[in-house]
Amino acid sequence: MNAALELGLLYGIMALGVYLTFRILNFPDLTVDGSFTTGAAVAASLIINGVPAPLATLAGAASGAVAGLVTGVLYTKGRIDGLLAGILTMIALWSINLRIMGKSNLPLLREDTLMTPLRDAGLLGGAWSILIFAVAALVIKFAIDWFLSTDLGLSIQATGNNEQMIRSLGVNTHRTTILTLAISNGLVALCGALIAQYQGFADVSMGIGLILVGLASVIVGQAVFGRRNIFLASLAVIGGAVIYRLVIFFALGAGLNPNDMKLISALLVVAALLLPRWGFLKRIPSLRQMRSAAGSANYSKAN
Amino acid sequence: MLQIENITKTFFPGTVNERVALNNVSLQLNTGDFVTVIGSNGAGKSTLLNMISGKLPFDSGDLSIDGSSVKRMPDYARAAFVGRVFQDPMAGTAPDLSIEQNLALALRRGQHRGLQWGVTHKRRAFFREELLSLELGLEDRLKARVGLLSGGQRQALSLLMASFTQPRILLLDEHTAALDPQRAELVTTLTETIVAKHNLTTLMVTHNMEQALRLGNRLVMMHEGQIIFDIDAERKATMTVPDLLAEFAKIKGASLDDRALLG
Repeated sequence: MNAALELGLLYGIMALGVYLTFRILNFPDLTVDGSFTTGAAVAASLIINGVPAPLATLAGAASGAVAGLVTGVLYTKGRIDGLLAGILTMIALWSINLRIMGKSNLPLLREDTLMTPLRDAGLLGGAWSILIFAVAALVIKFAIDWFLSTDLGLSIQATGNNEQMIRSLGVNTHRTTILTLAISNGLVALCGALIAQYQGFADVSMGIGLILVGLASVIVGQAVFGRRNIFLASLAVIGGAVIYRLVIFFALGAGLNPNDMKLISALLVVAALLLPRWGFLKRIPSLRQMRSAAGSANYSKAN
Repeated sequence: MLQIENITKTFFPGTVNERVALNNVSLQLNTGDFVTVIGSNGAGKSTLLNMISGKLPFDSGDLSIDGSSVKRMPDYARAAFVGRVFQDPMAGTAPDLSIEQNLALALRRGQHRGLQWGVTHKRRAFFREELLSLELGLEDRLKARVGLLSGGQRQALSLLMASFTQPRILLLDEHTAALDPQRAELVTTLTETIVAKHNLTTLMVTHNMEQALRLGNRLVMMHEGQIIFDIDAERKATMTVPDLLAEFAKIKGASLDDRALLG
């Protein structure tokens, strides 16, 4: 249970990245499957080669940002469909990740990682580490909240909301799109680097299906906690990531095996998308907010 | 101020759908000019605005603002000089952002957007004052999502956002056409006030001849990608809608006759 909470909070960082593209930019970015592993691979290889863990973690995050940048350039300058651009980068990253790692699995068992102090102090799996991870996730959450309310952040929000309008106000939407994809994948890769250190290895297949985990976190979290404003929406994303881990935890406890988890993730996303459309659930206010975008358009037309 | 020289634009060139939207159009606007543009569907009015705003490139000709050519400038860069209100009231604002956030975006038109707060106390006071001039009560709803506003309110807000930074040129693309008569009247009056207040150089496309005669100091009529009629404030003042229709029928008939002769 404690481990599920820890993992949920760590994966919350990834979910925040997915939130930036999926909700803010309105861009379904599949790059994350690859960039998550890239972050883990870069951080693990550097740590094994003696680079201090904090530096290696940052390098992992930066490598993910580069991956996001590639997807962004393919999408904007190359005019490749967003889904396809993400898939292209993701597939290419599979080979690149193997090159970085040299083999398909890199153990970090005897290395000095960011988790070593926690493990040595016996904090992992306890209330203190949950608190530390929660603080880490919240720091990133608040940084995102702040960023999105700056002039630059507002222009990013507008890029996802009404591209024609923000271009007519003088914003180069190619730049805002690329920047957001870079930040998003940077966060995803940062999460990959932290997860590798947490579980003690990097594996080339650790990112497979991760986009669903991210989407499940964003959609479930916002269905449960609402998304009235950025502050709540980003908080809900972290909450969603924790809920997701708890669901997995209980599913495993109920006798399902880890290979069933991809199916569980997919079902969770489908359920979170469909349930709010069914009559009796419409009355639950926070679930109804999922439909607010479509609803408000009709509302203003009616006026 | 705005100099349009021999602009030609053809859509789908070399195909069966080939259509000449603008045929060698030249137009010059002086500072403070408020030109209304009328013409039938497909006359090239909206295309002309898209050429000026840079949304679409033109095939040949040149376009300069304040004496320097902006031909190669992409739309977002031209936005520093050109403010625009679209026909669709949904098009000019971001529905999921608040009124004050939308205004903050518009305030930075053509300027660097960095990591300073988008909505500050100082800016909020300025927004409140500007919204007050719309007389729609929006100044008390700064934090309301724009998606919750009515079409008329959104269009009034779009107009404010396009104009309050005083761009060199204001483009209005049938911006009252999608509104009911009462709201259209409101936005028309606001347009008059705002353009006069900032002495904006304005190009307004409209389907409403009465509006075209009432507003502005110059009227231009387009037909089949060409400017066929161009009158100044003096002549405009004496004209009525029937006069305008008669003029249109006369010119249109003439052009049809020409074609019949050539055919």
